[in-house]
Amino acid sequence: MASSYNAKEEDGHHSGAAGHGGAGADKSRKPDNTAFKQQRLPAWQPILTAGTVLPAFFVIGLIFIPIGIGLYVTSNNIKEFEIDYTGVDSKSECYACARNFSWNSTTPCTCSMNFTLEQPFESNVFMYYGLSNFYQNHRRYVKSRDDSQLNGDPTALKDPSKECEPYRTSEGLPIAPCGAIANSLFNDTLELHYVDSNGTKLEIPLVKKGIAWWTDKHVKFRNPNGNTNLTVAFQGTSKPVNWGKPVYELDPLDPENNGFINEDFIVWMRTAALPTFRKLYRIIQKKSSTTPTLPSGRYILSITYNYPVLSFDGRKRMILSTISWMGGKNPFLGIAYITVGSICFFLGVVLLIIHHKYDNRNTSADIPN
Amino acid sequence: MFRNRPPPEEERRVRANDREYNEKFQYASNCITTSKYNIITFLPVNLFEQFQEVANTYFLFLLILQLIPQISSLSWFTTIVPLALVLSITAIKDATDDYFRHKSDNQVNNRQSQVLIRGSIQKEKWMNVRVGDIIKLENNQFVAADLLLLSSSEPHGLCYIETAELDGETNMKVRQSVSVTCELGDPNNLAAFNGEVVCEPPNNKLDRFCGTLYWKDRKYSLTNQNMLLRGCVLRNTEFCYGLVIFAGPDTKLMQNSGRTKFKRTSIDRLMNTLVLWIFCFLVCMGMILAVGNAVWEREVGSLFQSYLPWDPPVDSFIFSAFLSFWSYVIILNTVVPISLYVSVEVIRLGHSYFINWDRQMFCSQCNTAAEARTTTLNEELGQVEYIFSDKTGTLTQNIMTFNKCSINGQTYGEATDPLGPQPKKLDFTPFNSLADPNFCFYDDTLLESVKVGDCCTHEFFRLLSLCHTVMSEEKSEGELVYKAQSPDEGALVTAARNFGFVFRSRTPGTISTTEMGRPVTYALLAILDFNNIRKRMSVIVRNPEGRIRLYCKGADTMLLERLHPSNQDLMNVTSDHLNEYAADGLRTLALAYRDLSEEQWETWSERQRSAERASDCREERLAAVYEEIEQDMMLLGATAIEDKLQEGVPETIAVLSLANIKVWVLTGDKQETAVNIGYSCKMLTDDMAEVFIISGNTVQCVRQELRAARQRMVELSQSREEGKEVFAEACFLTPDLRGGHREVTEEEEKVEQQPPSPVSSVSPASPAPPLNLMDNISGEFGLVINGHSLAHALEADMEAEFVSTACACKAVICCRVTPLQKAQVVELIKKHKRAVTLAVGDGANDISMIKSAHIGVGISGQEGNQAVLASDYSFSQFRFLQRLLLVHGRWSYLRMCRFLCYFFYKNFAFTMVHFWFGFFCGFSAQTVYDQYFITLYNIVYTSLPVLAMGIFDQDVPDDRSLEYPKLYEPGQLNLLFNKKEFFICIAQGIYTSVVLFFVPYAVLSDATQSSGEPLADYQTFAVTTATALVIVVSVQIALDTGYWTIINHVFIWGSLGLYFSIMLALHSQTLFRIFPNQFHFVGTAQSTLLQPVVWLTIALATAICVVPVLTFRFLKLDLRPQLSDTVRYTQLVRLKKRKLAGRSAGERGWRGASTMSEGRLGARSGSRRSGYAFAHQEGFGELITSGKNMRLSSLVLGSFGSKHSSSWIDTLRRKKHPPTPTCTSGDCSPAPSSICASVPPLSNSSSMMGGSQDTPIEEESDTATVQSVAVSLSPETNGAPAAPQGPGHPHSTAPSSAAERSQAGPPAGWTLSLGAVQEALFGWRNTAPCTNSASSGPT
Repeated sequence: MASSYNAKEEDGHHSGAAGHGGAGADKSRKPDNTAFKQQRLPAWQPILTAGTVLPAFFVIGLIFIPIGIGLYVTSNNIKEFEIDYTGVDSKSECYACARNFSWNSTTPCTCSMNFTLEQPFESNVFMYYGLSNFYQNHRRYVKSRDDSQLNGDPTALKDPSKECEPYRTSEGLPIAPCGAIANSLFNDTLELHYVDSNGTKLEIPLVKKGIAWWTDKHVKFRNPNGNTNLTVAFQGTSKPVNWGKPVYELDPLDPENNGFINEDFIVWMRTAALPTFRKLYRIIQKKSSTTPTLPSGRYILSITYNYPVLSFDGRKRMILSTISWMGGKNPFLGIAYITVGSICFFLGVVLLIIHHKYDNRNTSADIPN
Repeated sequence: MFRNRPPPEEERRVRANDREYNEKFQYASNCITTSKYNIITFLPVNLFEQFQEVANTYFLFLLILQLIPQISSLSWFTTIVPLALVLSITAIKDATDDYFRHKSDNQVNNRQSQVLIRGSIQKEKWMNVRVGDIIKLENNQFVAADLLLLSSSEPHGLCYIETAELDGETNMKVRQSVSVTCELGDPNNLAAFNGEVVCEPPNNKLDRFCGTLYWKDRKYSLTNQNMLLRGCVLRNTEFCYGLVIFAGPDTKLMQNSGRTKFKRTSIDRLMNTLVLWIFCFLVCMGMILAVGNAVWEREVGSLFQSYLPWDPPVDSFIFSAFLSFWSYVIILNTVVPISLYVSVEVIRLGHSYFINWDRQMFCSQCNTAAEARTTTLNEELGQVEYIFSDKTGTLTQNIMTFNKCSINGQTYGEATDPLGPQPKKLDFTPFNSLADPNFCFYDDTLLESVKVGDCCTHEFFRLLSLCHTVMSEEKSEGELVYKAQSPDEGALVTAARNFGFVFRSRTPGTISTTEMGRPVTYALLAILDFNNIRKRMSVIVRNPEGRIRLYCKGADTMLLERLHPSNQDLMNVTSDHLNEYAADGLRTLALAYRDLSEEQWETWSERQRSAERASDCREERLAAVYEEIEQDMMLLGATAIEDKLQEGVPETIAVLSLANIKVWVLTGDKQETAVNIGYSCKMLTDDMAEVFIISGNTVQCVRQELRAARQRMVELSQSREEGKEVFAEACFLTPDLRGGHREVTEEEEKVEQQPPSPVSSVSPASPAPPLNLMDNISGEFGLVINGHSLAHALEADMEAEFVSTACACKAVICCRVTPLQKAQVVELIKKHKRAVTLAVGDGANDISMIKSAHIGVGISGQEGNQAVLASDYSFSQFRFLQRLLLVHGRWSYLRMCRFLCYFFYKNFAFTMVHFWFGFFCGFSAQTVYDQYFITLYNIVYTSLPVLAMGIFDQDVPDDRSLEYPKLYEPGQLNLLFNKKEFFICIAQGIYTSVVLFFVPYAVLSDATQSSGEPLADYQTFAVTTATALVIVVSVQIALDTGYWTIINHVFIWGSLGLYFSIMLALHSQTLFRIFPNQFHFVGTAQSTLLQPVVWLTIALATAICVVPVLTFRFLKLDLRPQLSDTVRYTQLVRLKKRKLAGRSAGERGWRGASTMSEGRLGARSGSRRSGYAFAHQEGFGELITSGKNMRLSSLVLGSFGSKHSSSWIDTLRRKKHPPTPTCTSGDCSPAPSSICASVPPLSNSSSMMGGSQDTPIEEESDTATVQSVAVSLSPETNGAPAAPQGPGHPHSTAPSSAAERSQAGPPAGWTLSLGAVQEALFGWRNTAPCTNSASSGPT
């Protein structure tokens, strides 16, 4: 017989016993009559009836199928060309480069591959490099960077984050940019030549600006001390171990494109979600409205082969693609939409049949009890 | 802060008025602290307590893991933010609770009390009262500490207390001081008092105290009768003085206030199991991914080292896998987020508030709303299968009303025709100024008869006004208050009062009445008190004319046997009337009188005195003497009292049984009363195939009876099955089935109780039907089992038989059960049926049951609030139970189940994406989402909609769930959330995670923005997946929410809005500029959400996730609709129809099972002699005749009034001394029974009390063991064990077995009731020595 002791109860009882005679003065403890407290809030009570579910299915079907068709058509209109230049195969032109790669070689190995575009690429053409089996999404890889340093923070420049280990310092000097991502910067150089009917090679102008996200280029990445003398700004830092030249000499042609705001660098620093990925390399601008950007015909891809991937069974590709409102070629989306739309439609029909055949619900409101 | 505890006390020595002496012992002061913390200790103690929760420790462990850089896959704040949130919410709650405890402690400690210090009374705070102080208490004050009563304003140091706070009993109890101290009347004497008390150390036994008072070189023994315990209230006593023995934490009240047992719901247990499973699942996932990591590091990672070298301490893929296991444990821990526990608590709290707020569970008469005292059990209310109910005060109002009577063969107070006009309530005031205005009677013929002056009617009411043990209190002229030991008596005396025979006051030797406006004083010669064997009580009075008459009222069975033969005709008529009344469920009494001549009286009183003086078998001798005089009586008539059922009880029981809830009534009442109530509240009906009565006294008997019952059930249900096939046969059988229940008559019971004889028709050899057959018994059966049979049935080897028999019955009534047995029955069902049990009761005797059931409900009614204090839910009317279960319980269960389903779903959908991503990121424990998203997902983005659903959802409105009690069934069958449902949720969650990962994977891997940049970068992917996830789970909660209130809308849309705004904020340039290292995702949201492809992906993923769910739900609803779906649907249809009709068709009001008639229920076919509707405890008889309780004032008031105070006591003393009392009329009351009675303990009625002089009172805690002893008592004690509340008496044994019984000793198993008995007798045993010492002459 445990009695929990509580003064309030003791008193409450007392006052209750005393106040019984003089009723009326006692204030009512009746709960408030509000819709909330009485759980009578007005409410919408949806029920999955045939009248709502079946039309929903049809509507989904009717919306998805046209979208799917539209996407599929758009996607099919996009021209895309892809060529693997890793040099796995001994017949491949880059085989030698791939085999004989060494980190210390001073003379870059070059190779070139021929390919033919069957159809002309009309509008702006985007040139990508693609890597396979390259784990840019590995946890240790993803975190191995210092965004403060990349944002031009002078203290972080001299004292990079611990996340950058083991690419934090080199020979006692802080590495700029530090970390594994920067260290593994893709440094193949790709050039594209059109072989016209005469057999002469015409170099196709590749635009290297505008390939990075606007926020990356203007917000996230900034050089220390603004864009003044980068050599001075990076004084006292070391280049990443795999790099041939320091960060302020990445683009010898355009001094505006050097340091942390080098667009190739920025593109690389935006890590990929999946081990097979492509990154925008160059843009081939449309010259005039009459001639296609890339007419059909033979092309030569010249590669300065600096980036070894064979050691971990990686692959390198070069991709040319045109773009629509929905981006590049993406047949999956269209097919998926058509499929889902059809399934919905089909389900709607099936459910309608089932509903009509087996529904035994009596709407006359008598319920077995 | 921790006080140095002195070694445990061996004994306590307290010297009055000597603080220096008492301080040596360092007794606790009267300052109490129920609070747990103070400002300094709060943080460490509270944190320590919180980390004793497994969940909290687990999260702390995760937090520590995250601090290891090689393992940390999430930043530390993803764990610490929710953890800190949870800890601080709990801490705030604890702090508030403790604040209120501090407040209440302060309030109690600062109460004023009057302490006698150095001869003068001074005001002192309670907390400053010391052990050894003498304090003065006044009327209606709380007792400040455990006191030894020293003296009081009343004669003989008596004082009255109410112990409702202590044990819940509201009747007053008497305490008496030791005789030597009761003379210390004034403060000066008390200040000089320097007695020393040596007693037992503090303990929690409320009904025991053992000590010795040493004063003036003499020893006086002290018992509980001398103690006033803290928590009691002084009543009817002007003031009293007490010596503080135990103070503060040492008081019995505080020693008793332990923590109540923590109850868990079955959902809780299931949840814990599931969490454990999920944890195992988590470990498995971790293992798989760790193995994957090992393989990957060996095959790929080691080669990839030129770009991504291993971390410095990692030198092998094995070690890397080990680390990755822990990393994944951290990432995947969100399958059991910490918010689960918090959300569940919040939801339950919300449901509790809804219960507290429910106006339809508010009783305006008592001004009490329902209260959920425990906030953690709500959903269990939706799963109840068994209800164990107390009877008195729970099913009934415990208010007795004088309903009908039969006087001289004429019946009055006919049942009013429910169809006819409501008859007018009789107005007594013009006729009788002393009438009680609250008394209701409708038959004016009776009043006419009184007015006419019919002598039988007058004698009838005269009897009622004289033959009782009621005490009256007349505060002002005409304002009478009756204090009756049983409400029955009160009703009868009040009836007599209103019909002009007003009982005014009494003294030990007189009864003053006002008969038809004329004051009359009767000399009270003897009270032949009530007991359970005699089942009658008589008084012998001398009227003013000098005629001696015996008035007797009692059970018809007893009384009708003792009538004069000339009454035969009247007896037949009255007997018919009695049968009628009993059939209406009324409690009946027969009334008779006998004229005695002076000689008869003289000789008899002599015999009575000698019987009382007898030292052995006093009881039986007295009974025999009483028997002698109660013969040849003249029948006056009979009364019928209605034990009013509470409003709506039959309807509630009907609705509950429609909801497949089995209602068992466990009552301390007698079988007849219980069965009557069973019928009147429709638990037992005449439609029942059979009502079995188990009342055997031996194990064999009970077993045979149970087997016979089962066999009969099987037979009947088989014949019923056959009957279905052959209709004609069924018709033939029906008359047999109808009314087939056995008559409960005394005779039959007697037959059954003859020990060795096998029970009626059943041959012992007949094999009992196999127990498994019992599950599919069709047909309705009732079972009534007696307390002593129950004791046998609860033995280990009978349990199963009993359970299987009882559970096949629709209604079970256990009568004469002790509180302990109540709990045992509950435990039995809990153990064998694995069903959720609910116990409802209102008295202290229900506490054990309330505590052992899954859910305890307390009815705050007449019997104090002890049951309420022990309960989980409390309200004031039994009928609220249907709303509590069918509406609140059902909703709570539904909401909790939906909540859990969704909660597990959303977390699996959220977390498993990491698992799939593991296969594409080298098992490196890279998360898919932004770390802020992971932190906020559970506590911000998805918590509110599901909380809103968990709190507000309704499938059908409340009136529908009362209308269709079958809607309650899913809860009982555990259909809405069980392991299967859990796996479905998990599967759905995993499916969603697959879709959420692979659809973006397939779409984005080659996709580019419309500006040419690839979309497959990590951040875009993260944002896309996260957005798709939030949208999918929001759509899912929208589908799950069946009741969209404005709050649901706000929460669902708000969460979505919040997600986008928080994301945009976190990805904004402003934040990045401030903390470039914390917000890597700068600009991602803007650039991602502008891409049509991303939105197309999200739409696609959502469609793929939702369409199958929609299909399944629709098919389920369409092909196999649940009852709730149908109800919902029909409601929709009705609503539409109503809208179409354009007029609001009035809601068809539905009240209970409207077929039931309100009020009294129609007569049932089987007539049934009612039991003795009388006090279950002995009356005040002893007290009255001894005169001890009489105040001086009342003595003066009485017309007998001698001016000399307490002269009657002196008279008594004087009379004791001479060998023959010579009685002079006038100031001497001829009350021989009282004289004799004061020598031994006065009881003549209770064998337990009689024998208890040398029987140590068992402590309550020992009853369990004692019980078993009692149970094994051999057959010769048959009938001995009986009453739970009243005197430990068999209700049905013939007096002839009395001797046998006393040899067998008191039935020890029922010692629990001892306290009650003791109190009922006003503790005569302890007051006896006082009188004894005063009147210890040779007799």
